[in-house]
Amino acid sequence: MHRYILLTLVVIFSLASLSLGVISFEETTMHILVQSRLPRTISILISGMSLATAGAIMQLLTSNRFVTPTTGSTTEWAKLGLLIILIWTPQASVVTKTLFSFAFGFAGTISFLFIIKRIKLKEATLVPLVGIIYGNIIASIATYLGYQHDLIQSIQSWTQGTFALILKGRYEVLYLSIPCLIVAMLYANRFTLISMGREISISLGVRYQATLYVGLLIVSTISALVLVTVGVIPFIGLVVPNMVTLYRGENLEQNITTIALLGGLFLLACDIISRLVLHPFEIPISVTASIIGCLLFILLIVGRRRHAA
Amino acid sequence: MITINHATKRYGSRSVVNDVSLSIGEGTLTTLIGANGAGKSTLLSLVGRLLEGEGEFLLEGKRIDRYPSTELAKRLSMLRQSNHITVRLTVAELVGFGRFPYSRSRLTAADRRIVSEAIEAMDLTNLSGKYLDQLSGGERQRASIAMIIAQDTKYILLDEPLNNLDMAHSVHIMKLLRTLVDERGKTVILVLHDINFASCYSDAIIAMKDGTLVYHAPTDDVITPDALQQIYGMEIPVCEHRGRRFCLYHL
Repeated sequence: MHRYILLTLVVIFSLASLSLGVISFEETTMHILVQSRLPRTISILISGMSLATAGAIMQLLTSNRFVTPTTGSTTEWAKLGLLIILIWTPQASVVTKTLFSFAFGFAGTISFLFIIKRIKLKEATLVPLVGIIYGNIIASIATYLGYQHDLIQSIQSWTQGTFALILKGRYEVLYLSIPCLIVAMLYANRFTLISMGREISISLGVRYQATLYVGLLIVSTISALVLVTVGVIPFIGLVVPNMVTLYRGENLEQNITTIALLGGLFLLACDIISRLVLHPFEIPISVTASIIGCLLFILLIVGRRRHAA
Repeated sequence: MITINHATKRYGSRSVVNDVSLSIGEGTLTTLIGANGAGKSTLLSLVGRLLEGEGEFLLEGKRIDRYPSTELAKRLSMLRQSNHITVRLTVAELVGFGRFPYSRSRLTAADRRIVSEAIEAMDLTNLSGKYLDQLSGGERQRASIAMIIAQDTKYILLDEPLNNLDMAHSVHIMKLLRTLVDERGKTVILVLHDINFASCYSDAIIAMKDGTLVYHAPTDDVITPDALQQIYGMEIPVCEHRGRRFCLYHL
């Protein structure tokens, strides 16, 4: 039931997103729609759905509600990979850029998992903090390299995720997230089992390491795709899955469509606000997503406390 | 039949399990006893392929590591003692995961019936919609056991299943395990600390000391003052009540 409500809301917001823009629809309508508006709305939807799903998977893989690609160093590693390929061959294609940031994101997240396994933190809240510190160390390496090669402004522009530059021909690589989402649906039960620990997984016949890697592959592919086409969008991977699990538990198979739809809706709403606040100008969606996400996160913590009591 | 040949597990230079060989027949309830650090849990984890060690472990004549993981999960299940599940699932969802080896994704009607029977057998029907983090330690323990029952394997390994449980639930679970063995032909191997539960309910006892096998014999041969002296290094009087032997070690 709730899924149909969500789906209807997503459709309404998509239409609103399509009809919003600086140039009014007249004789150039179709041209604008196909060249700019449609690609923009599609890429928002795909990014929102896949970032929320990636966040949910990351939370299960680490058995920690606060670990997401942005707090688990995946994004920072992916950015470093992107920077290195830009230094090496500035004219690299979108696919090469994606491959590089994917490879760095994947390897980097494995290194993060290794670290949190080795230092055995007592407090669950310390895990994302270690992730943020670790991510910032990687980011500082990227900044250093950026200074050396005069690429600081490029780094800045990726950090500011925005859909303003999405045009036909420049976003299609994002469609690769859709197979990732399908694999995530097929593996949903296995990811939930992984979050119960290695021993229960093995006893129920799940190949623990292999499944962990499948999850990391999905998370790093999605992170890399969104980074290369849109930039960094914080909080969505944290807030959206947590809103759903608070009311419906952490059974991923049962929740994955809800999480994906809510992620799409969240990002559509953020984008519409981004475009309306300073109309005809717009503010980067990363800013809107941070402010709204942060407020929702505080509400969530309060809500969780009330639920626990 | 489970056969263990020369099982050894070393951590550095210390062997926790040292050259243990034994075999456990079908349709029996066998209890592992011994002092802390005797290697009981480690031996059980080696059989349950949660740990890798030296030696050969056979399930019905075939090496356990040669079974495809799902096939093995339909034959052998294992519950470890320290399972603090932090994931937010309801009791019914957790027990439903016991059917994972059979129905990867959607539970069939038959699966659902098995799940609700397991929940009922563990006296959790009223709590089946509750999240695990809303339950007490004992209720969570029973939910884990219900998951193992729903997995419905011929061989069941349980590491201290009575942890956190009150007397009534402990007796209930031991009786249930006995029923599983007697009526459904299951083979149950468990680690227990309460030696009187071992004495009252098991067909055979495996006693370990410092990583080695001291006894593997029918229950009444092990529950004697002499044998217990050797296993635990203390004097334990044994008395009889209604045909069962009880150990009075409390004084």
